[in-house]
Amino acid sequence: MNDQLTRRQLLERAALGGAAISVPGLLAACGGSGTKAGGATSTGAQKLASTLHFSNWTLYIDVNNKTKAHPSLDAFQKKTGTHVDYVEDINDNASFFGKIQGPLSRGQSIHRDIVVLTDNDRYLGLMLKKGWAEKLDKSAIPNLKNLVAVQRHPNFDPNRDYTLPWQSGMTGIAYNDTLTDPVLDVTDLLENPKLKGKITCLNSMGDALTIVMLSNGDDPTNVTDKAFNDAFNRIKKAADNKQIRAFTGNDYAPTLAKGDLAAAMSWSGDIAQIGNKHIHWNVPKDGGALWTDNMLIPKGGDVYTASVYMNYVYDPKVQGLMEAGDPKRNITGIYYIPPVIGAGTWAKRYDPSVASNPLIFPTEKMLSSVKIFDNKALNNQKYLTQWNDLISG
Amino acid sequence: MGFFHRHRGLTPYLLLAPGMLWLTVFFVVPLGFLAYQSLQSGNFDVGYSFSWAWGNYWHAVRDYRAQFVRSLEYAGIATLLALLVSYPVAYWIAFRGGRWKNLLLLFIVAPFFVTYLIRTLAWQTILSDNGFVVHTLQHLHLLGSGGRLLATSTAVVTGITYNFLPFMALPLYVSLEQIDPRMLEAAEDLYASKLHAFLRVTLPLSLPGIVAGTLLTFIPAAGDFINAQLLGGPDNHMIGNVIQSKFLELTDYPAAASMSFILMAGILVAVAFYARIVGTEQLTGTPV
Repeated sequence: MNDQLTRRQLLERAALGGAAISVPGLLAACGGSGTKAGGATSTGAQKLASTLHFSNWTLYIDVNNKTKAHPSLDAFQKKTGTHVDYVEDINDNASFFGKIQGPLSRGQSIHRDIVVLTDNDRYLGLMLKKGWAEKLDKSAIPNLKNLVAVQRHPNFDPNRDYTLPWQSGMTGIAYNDTLTDPVLDVTDLLENPKLKGKITCLNSMGDALTIVMLSNGDDPTNVTDKAFNDAFNRIKKAADNKQIRAFTGNDYAPTLAKGDLAAAMSWSGDIAQIGNKHIHWNVPKDGGALWTDNMLIPKGGDVYTASVYMNYVYDPKVQGLMEAGDPKRNITGIYYIPPVIGAGTWAKRYDPSVASNPLIFPTEKMLSSVKIFDNKALNNQKYLTQWNDLISG
Repeated sequence: MGFFHRHRGLTPYLLLAPGMLWLTVFFVVPLGFLAYQSLQSGNFDVGYSFSWAWGNYWHAVRDYRAQFVRSLEYAGIATLLALLVSYPVAYWIAFRGGRWKNLLLLFIVAPFFVTYLIRTLAWQTILSDNGFVVHTLQHLHLLGSGGRLLATSTAVVTGITYNFLPFMALPLYVSLEQIDPRMLEAAEDLYASKLHAFLRVTLPLSLPGIVAGTLLTFIPAAGDFINAQLLGGPDNHMIGNVIQSKFLELTDYPAAASMSFILMAGILVAVAFYARIVGTEQLTGTPV
């Protein structure tokens, strides 16, 4: 609850471009990050590598549509001399974790300096628990002060010693207005007979259960067995009587755009990216979910260089460009929710339509109604087994 | 040279060596490791340890029998359909293709230059609720007005059939192409009807192709999970989907490993049964 309020306050400042606090801070930040690489830090051992290996999800950074280059990465190279080897090889947390856990468990390096994993899946917590993440070099990240408050003390990494948010998103309901009346709550989605076989449910346990629990009047931030069972049985019932057509990752998006689905449990960023005027996204009446993708340095990664890069993206000016892109230069942005105070002010300069899009800079009302799923429940083997038997059964 | 003359007995082994080495490193060793893993107990957090945990096998059969049966069922139907579709095509190319043979074969193979995943996604569009196929079937009243193909077993079996078609068509073509047409002329000279000639001459001579094709289709199809994932609904999932989810989502490696072995055993039994019926000599392609 506390989390929601603080996050709201800070994102609000970012989104509305709250002038007083962020502008001077952000100017200082720009200056800071500009000189830091030169020698603001005193430790002699800190040396930038010539290449930073960064694994991220697809379509998750600014891109120049013509040259396919990533302007923020090019600017980083110009500034620091470090080339970023940017690879989009993460499609879902499970497969990526499956790929890297072998070498990490044998104490081998995976030849990456930064990877990005989601906090609503169990693997991020597992990486920390298993000791497979390097500690951040906070002396190289003065811009850490720009981190929105709600993200400062997550329960899987209470002091942000190992992880920093890349982007966040919300889980809610999307519907196609050519096929259905507005679908605004979970009850409508899971129980309206007119939508039978025309909806999908997310296969990510945290996302799906959060919004169903909120609809049940339960608290998804502190999951009890009863709350789990009630939400689980409600989804199972909808699957058994064929209301739910399939459990999906983000492959629901094209199906929704094509018109095979009338409505879907959905991630805000996917809908922002589709940009189809018939497809609407909303936080369900009883609340939605908030999730965050986090950067971390896997064991064996170059801590200093990775930390310098993290500092760079926490510069509001850089983050603003990454988020909004720049239509004038044919650059498309990320269009998810940035974790950096002051990004909104800069986003507005590049593309005002992005800065005013509530899917990217959510309104206060939206942010006050989204919850973060209980991290303990994500690693509850009993819940996980039940859930996976449902979605793959 | 002299060495090989003196040790002539070694030659077969030396020729076998590269293949054996390959199979040992990339098949036998991983399989052994998988077997070892399938008998481990514990969980990912505390680590797994070997303990002759035969219970993994029992639990897999007890909890996922439906998916095992469904996998063999879908794969069986798809194999049969692929055979029915491929046989006439392969027959026509082999006997009537003339100088266009290679081009026609290319037509069969060409779609498979595109990756498996993209081909399956294309079927999502073909079978879409608003697509041509569903509309036509609804028009013909073969499908109710609210009916659909996606997220049904029909879509999954169709997808598997399509995706494994070349594995059926090419061996069939090879065995049909080898048939000497004079045999068929001889059959006619001996007063066999066309049908009779086909049943008594062509079909038996093409059996090695049928056997090879069905095996090449059935075996990978039974372990497939992509088609069920992309074209099926929650109750069309196959054992491949369960193994994938156990392995990746739940990081329950012993369960995933034991299920892989059960699947392998199930396929072996099915194949052995099949071989009994058609006769083992067909497997190796010895002429009848």
